[in-house]
Amino acid sequence: MADRPLRVVVAKAGLDGHDRGAKVIARALRDAGMEVIYTGLFQTPEQIVQTAIQEDADGIGLSILSGAHMTLFPLIVEQLKAQGADDIVFFGGGTIPPDDVVALKAAGVKAIFTPGAPLQDIIDFVNAECGKKART
Amino acid sequence: MCPQVDFDTIVHDFDARTQRGLARAISLAESGRAAPLIARVYPQVGRAMTIGLTGPPGVGKSTLSSALVRKARTLGKSVGVISVDPSSPFSHGALLGDRIRLTEHFVDADVFIRSMASRGHLGGLAGATADAVTLMDAYGLDVILIETVGVGQSEIEIAELAQTTLVALQPGSGDSVQVLKAGIMEIADIFIINKADHPMANQLRREIRSMMEILQFSGWVPEVVSTQATTGVGIDELWVAIEKHIAWLKTTGKMHEKRQEAFEHQVRQLALGNIAVRLEDRVKAESHGASDPYAAAERVLATFNVSL
Ligand SMILES: Nc1nc2c(ncn2[C@@H]2O[C@H](COP(=O)(O)OP(=O)(O)O)[C@@H](O)[C@H]2O)c(=O)[nH]1
Ligand SMILES: [Mg+2]
Repeated sequence: MADRPLRVVVAKAGLDGHDRGAKVIARALRDAGMEVIYTGLFQTPEQIVQTAIQEDADGIGLSILSGAHMTLFPLIVEQLKAQGADDIVFFGGGTIPPDDVVALKAAGVKAIFTPGAPLQDIIDFVNAECGKKART
Repeated sequence: MCPQVDFDTIVHDFDARTQRGLARAISLAESGRAAPLIARVYPQVGRAMTIGLTGPPGVGKSTLSSALVRKARTLGKSVGVISVDPSSPFSHGALLGDRIRLTEHFVDADVFIRSMASRGHLGGLAGATADAVTLMDAYGLDVILIETVGVGQSEIEIAELAQTTLVALQPGSGDSVQVLKAGIMEIADIFIINKADHPMANQLRREIRSMMEILQFSGWVPEVVSTQATTGVGIDELWVAIEKHIAWLKTTGKMHEKRQEAFEHQVRQLALGNIAVRLEDRVKAESHGASDPYAAAERVLATFNVSL
């Protein structure tokens, strides 16, 4: 068992102004006992990765609806590597076509949740993947 | 599998002044495992300027923090921000949202922001906030801002920790008088009337003035500063007031006193936390089948070699 609550950054990148999905996830993870750091809209990859480092996050969940996922997700993977922080579990959600999901996973995104994914699946994923990291 | 981060790695990264090192050191403190690191860095701390910020939800604490960070950065100072939000007593989870107001500072290498969940600690701070301040100070940050939970009720612990305590109030909110009554009045070194473009700002100023007359401050008399955190109006004046207070602490010798009190406060917290756990075990054991509360209390105390 982890000796502390898991810490997860929930971020919203890009230029679309819809953060309803991100807020729903943030609340669900909180209700599952996690400490959720919410950063608000329009974050750049650098901002998201710096946040995760300073907050000592176990995971980053990124919500994208704008269609810019094929650029933004890989940029964050790259940033995490550059900062030596690729042990932080990076996952995402949004309206992402199946082919892109495959490509993004190959690029280092641990999981992609598309609309309709049960919240419990996301919670279970974060507990399993980030929990591994937090166990001491 | 993700690699484990051991104590030595964290200390090494902390000594190398990496943000990851500081971040993980704060997590160690949150897990109650930072004692050896605190012991090592403690002789070097006391250099940072520490500013506490309290006030009701929505008054603009986080926005004020962001404006103060901007001000400190123009003066070339590095800044740490600690924002405390409540943990749910049921799920133990927390939604930490103060960063929303601080985004402009996220990629500034000389600004380090840490959100803390209260994790059951009462009084407006987290149990590990004092350690987080110590670690940020030792790391070399010049200014440390601490935003309390801000539910208004008796969040006076911040005054034990920070050199200067700012109490922010909002005109026309009605709850300002409640806040003043809740005992927060007494801890203010500086009152901030935020959202000062509000038509009722002058009335709030009068309310604060008359409360101050009742309390009859001796020594330092709190300054009252009007600000608009979103536009930056009044932030220069606020900074001047903070520096004036710090100078007053130094010239009167109060700074030394305050440091001693803060030290004692943390010792008390650490000891109480430990004793509370031991006590709880004994209370459960001795209450079972006891004839009356006094008899049980005597038996509890006997295990600590004392009596009623
Ligand atoms: N009009 C106005 N709004 C402000 C001012 N300062 C903060 N706000 C707004 O008040 C709201 C709450 O601010 P926040 O900093 O999150 O408050 P906190 O809960 O005390 O940390 C936000 O929408 C801010 O934009 C101000 O000086 N004037
Ligand atoms: Mg706030």
